[in-house]
Amino acid sequence: MEEREEILRMENVGKTFDGSVVALEGMSLVVRSGDFISLLGPSGCGKSTALRLISDLIHPTSGRITWSGSHDVGDLGVVFQEATLMPWATVAENVFLPFRLRGKRFGDVADEVQDALDMVGLGSFASAYPRELSGGMKMRVSIARAMVTRPRLILMDEPFAALDEITRFKLNNDLLRLRDRIGCTVIFVTHSVFESVFLSDRIVVMAARPGRVVRELNVEEPYPRAEDFRTSSEYAGYTREASGALHEAMGEVA
Amino acid sequence: MSFALPAEMPDTGKVDADELKRRQRARFERVGKWLLPILMLALTLYAWDRIVVLNDIPHYILPGPGLVWETLIKDWGTLSGSLLVTVQITLMALAVAVIGGVGLAILFTQSRIVEMSFFPYAVILQVTPVVAIAPLIFIYVENRMVGLLLCAWIVAFFPVLSNTTLGLNSADHNLRDLFRIYGATRWQRLRHLQLPSALPYFLGGLRIAGGLALIGAVVAEFVAGTGGRASGLAFRIQEAGYQLNIPRMFAGLVLIAATGVVIYAALSFLSYMLLRKWHESALKREG
Repeated sequence: MEEREEILRMENVGKTFDGSVVALEGMSLVVRSGDFISLLGPSGCGKSTALRLISDLIHPTSGRITWSGSHDVGDLGVVFQEATLMPWATVAENVFLPFRLRGKRFGDVADEVQDALDMVGLGSFASAYPRELSGGMKMRVSIARAMVTRPRLILMDEPFAALDEITRFKLNNDLLRLRDRIGCTVIFVTHSVFESVFLSDRIVVMAARPGRVVRELNVEEPYPRAEDFRTSSEYAGYTREASGALHEAMGEVA
Repeated sequence: MSFALPAEMPDTGKVDADELKRRQRARFERVGKWLLPILMLALTLYAWDRIVVLNDIPHYILPGPGLVWETLIKDWGTLSGSLLVTVQITLMALAVAVIGGVGLAILFTQSRIVEMSFFPYAVILQVTPVVAIAPLIFIYVENRMVGLLLCAWIVAFFPVLSNTTLGLNSADHNLRDLFRIYGATRWQRLRHLQLPSALPYFLGGLRIAGGLALIGAVVAEFVAGTGGRASGLAFRIQEAGYQLNIPRMFAGLVLIAATGVVIYAALSFLSYMLLRKWHESALKREG
């Protein structure tokens, strides 16, 4: 397998709040181009803290995070647990936001915006307002916004946790199709073992109190992955392995 | 009770009792919203008229509604000029309140130092009754018009300031993070995140300020007193009081009340037009 380009490196990163609450301890992670990494763990394991550290919203107490090559704000796309759309703006204006904040004019990137909407299956909703959309559709807009600039890395913080299971499965499939199509690199935070196995090629299992990485395991199933991967014996094997690691990690505190 | 179904709701034969009740209620809401207040007004006017006529109350104590209406028409020449003056002061004060309130609110959110330094004084200005400040203002401010404007502004600007400040600070925190991640400048954050978030709050404050500007303008004129041709409705009421011209006092009162209602309605409409596409307050509930 060829060595893929390194994007980001976390070295022994720790974050302590209020001088005493250890949210994350000694996390190391190398992200390479094309990776789909899941951070899997219970509440309070520091997975969201890790994302906030990577997106530079907070700064590490110890260790360091380095981007390879030149790094600017356009390198990152973000999807939160809520769709986080601007209610006063149309779907197209919402997706246009990352461009707008980089000083682009709508006319110059209209094709990219439309293309991103087409890719998430909302091509005909460009002029709709967020309130007119269902929860799943709003999340699609949010995903379109995160990838419209083709960032080097997309961070997703439990994006489908608030959706019903049927919608979630559908969005899981669509997300993988998108990944195959534009070859994006993703760090995906989730507390669902099934979701992490189905989506990612690397699962970082984390534990709480203090938040830390306990295990990293690879899912060797090649992309593109079809729906029937969910029912295969390999899939069952991986979920067993990931659940085992998770229980082991939680057992220490339970 | 029977009624025709609206065109967009074809009778599929599956309208159950609940649905019928719901439609009936909706229809009652629609009609009652207008009909009941009008009915109430008519009843009040009728009762007022009867009381005056049956008890032979002299018009210099309580004029009937008919006489008030006649006076309104007869004195329209004087009253309309005064109405114009009052409306002018009110609208100018409202405009200055919006500029000052929004400007100060933006300044507050841009700099904590400014906010911490000035906010207490904005509150003091607000809680001090304008009647108490007005006499001083008219001592120090030569121009009567400017004095009136200043009084009306003091009363009107605070709701704009406090609501807009609240609105600017209540942008969704995830959106805030998103703007930071995308490296938004201070100006971009203000223009594309904070100002739109503040709009519903601002419009709420504006509706209150509209009424207060009118109150401020009227109260200030009562204090300012001195007449002349450029006098507003408050002075006309005062003047009519000295002349025991009670019908004219009522006519002036009616005009002030009507002005207040029109201002409120206009601002409500503005608010609806600006928010109807996206904000909860302007959306009709479905189902």
